[in-house]
Amino acid sequence: MTIEELEQIAKAAQQEHGKYDYEVNVCMDLACASQGAGALKDALETAVQSCGKRVCVRRTGCMGPCSHGPLVRVDPEETLYSKVNAKNAEAIVSSLGGAPVQEIECDLSDHFDRQVRVVLENAGYIDPEKIEDYIARDGYKALLTVLTEMTPNGVIHRVTESGLRGRGGSGYPTGLKWGTVAKAIGDLKYVVCNGDEGDPGAFMDRSVMEGDPHRVIEGMAIAAYAVGASKGFIYVRAEYPVAVSRLTTALRDARRLGLLGNGICNTAFNFDVEIRLGGGAFVCGEETALIASIEGKRGTPRPRPPYPAASGLWGKPTLINNVETFANIPPIVRNGGKWFFNMGSERSKGTKVFALTGRIANTGLIEVPLGIKLREIIEVIGGGVPGGHTFKAVQTGGPSGGCIPAEMLDVGVSYDALLKMGSIMGSGGMIVMDDTSCMVNVARFFVEFCMTESCGKCIPCRAGTAQMYTLLSRICTGVGTMDDLELLEELCSTVKEASLCGLGQTAPNPVLSTLKYFRNEYTEHILDKRCRAGVCNMAALEVTV
Amino acid sequence: MAVFTPPPLPSEDKRWKIVNGTMRKNGFARYALIETLHTVQSSFGYLDDEAIRFVAQSLRVPLSQAYGVVTFYHYFTLKPPGKHTVTVCAGTACYIKGADKLIGAAEKKLCIKQGQTTADGQVSLMVARCVGACSRAPVALCDGEVVGEMTQNQMLEHLERWTTE
Repeated sequence: MTIEELEQIAKAAQQEHGKYDYEVNVCMDLACASQGAGALKDALETAVQSCGKRVCVRRTGCMGPCSHGPLVRVDPEETLYSKVNAKNAEAIVSSLGGAPVQEIECDLSDHFDRQVRVVLENAGYIDPEKIEDYIARDGYKALLTVLTEMTPNGVIHRVTESGLRGRGGSGYPTGLKWGTVAKAIGDLKYVVCNGDEGDPGAFMDRSVMEGDPHRVIEGMAIAAYAVGASKGFIYVRAEYPVAVSRLTTALRDARRLGLLGNGICNTAFNFDVEIRLGGGAFVCGEETALIASIEGKRGTPRPRPPYPAASGLWGKPTLINNVETFANIPPIVRNGGKWFFNMGSERSKGTKVFALTGRIANTGLIEVPLGIKLREIIEVIGGGVPGGHTFKAVQTGGPSGGCIPAEMLDVGVSYDALLKMGSIMGSGGMIVMDDTSCMVNVARFFVEFCMTESCGKCIPCRAGTAQMYTLLSRICTGVGTMDDLELLEELCSTVKEASLCGLGQTAPNPVLSTLKYFRNEYTEHILDKRCRAGVCNMAALEVTV
Repeated sequence: MAVFTPPPLPSEDKRWKIVNGTMRKNGFARYALIETLHTVQSSFGYLDDEAIRFVAQSLRVPLSQAYGVVTFYHYFTLKPPGKHTVTVCAGTACYIKGADKLIGAAEKKLCIKQGQTTADGQVSLMVARCVGACSRAPVALCDGEVVGEMTQNQMLEHLERWTTE
């Protein structure tokens, strides 16, 4: 495959699209598919056959506002239809070229206008199982440009210049990581994509892998060239069967076109990728645990250093990045590091995909420039809290993150600001809670999660989370005392300071952040035996007092 | 050194050939343990002692290590699933929207705890950490099919249909 050949494929795909006057894009992501998008697409295809217009019906990945699904977008007008069912198919097709179907047309300009799409630029525009669709939107151009025109150092320089930080959670500068692996000595190196999206309440990586799988593969191939690796692994959760099948198809198609394999683009660069299935262990998101899991072992972390960059998979230098990090690479290479650097806030560059869920009107997937205010995300993009309830907190970073209260909503979203507020960026889950959520119970939920997900290797995490859970359960059932609260705080700092890996070190965050901002709820549970949200069952009280 | 010969297939069952295929594809390397266990579970529905023993011997992994891996990962199950399975998602978004009430309703209806199967082998009640359909919380998988914004009544209807068929 050469650049000329790639351009020919792109041209052919564009000509193919040019045959049609209208494109009807049907979102077939999990949320829409679970509401009958499959039957809808079939109905549209049937309706198109007899309508006499030149229409192409396309399956696409997640368009974003899942709560309005099933979604259909008609191009070139970009008319968006929400809550569409198979019965609307005829009406949509016959409206082409005329006025849109009013009853299902929806205007989500508030939702979309504040977003900037880099990682999700193809989401809703390509068929994830057609490599030609991806190539027609500049796909694999970055890879071939890199291979023919840039040195590995040049690529690393560009990524460093972009200011991209790891999107998996901790925000380590990507360029720096690549540089370290590139400098590591060894003839065999690996590139690993972390698609073990274990954070409950987050589905960004699933949507990217399912909706635009080639982007991840291209990012990995560019990384492999930059660090001198020839073999890659994508570690995907077994709970994401669609992502696995899309990636399998994508890898097969990329190999068929010579975009993976030996001598890519007539250069000496060889690279291929294998898929590895996860087993449903949250701790495998930690890089050393993930490596153990790829090697077929229990996913227990080990102390670092040595870092995977020096000694990773089978003891070889290994680059591990998150799905979204790799997905950012092709546009950075195409548009230059400066372009990316100019988006975002001072120390957090570019955009970030968030899974906005919970008690909010527009649930779904959003991509915003970093530095955007939380209030803007929740009130404008998310459409606020529905049902007359009041906003209480937004939880970011999953079980490793914290709850951010209403008074902090005017803070801009960045790695550092979230850390300062006692939460973390995490992988991008953003769960909105209203007055029906009890913050003590929420803390207990996360601690229970960490307790069951603790791998058991180090005692502070294994025993500490269990004790924290017991204390929180006492408080939630009305038998807690102020001494329990003191002990809980003490335990939090022990677990945080003494645990081996990120899971234990961050497990107290949900407790610490709720104690910081919602301490009154804890004391109400203890002193007044009252749960203001009505979530906790204080019935145990009558038995014990 | 004696050449290693993998053990014979446990039975005539064709599914063992699929399992063996996964191991052969990976050159019977030890790192294929998790891959192979996934194949066993997708072919047989669960992992029993015979299967673990066979895979461990074929890959020359100590039985203790194979068992350790099986019990470490939540995805693997040692018990055969019921005829139908309802998996309630207990991810954060689902929890916020009342997944615990769905689980409670199902437990009461089936008279079993989460993770168990009814005595007649008809229905299994499982809890998942997150199925990634958070935008439609609370979510349950009914025999693998995603049902979003599930209510307790919907849950009970499903279970009623399954238990009385």
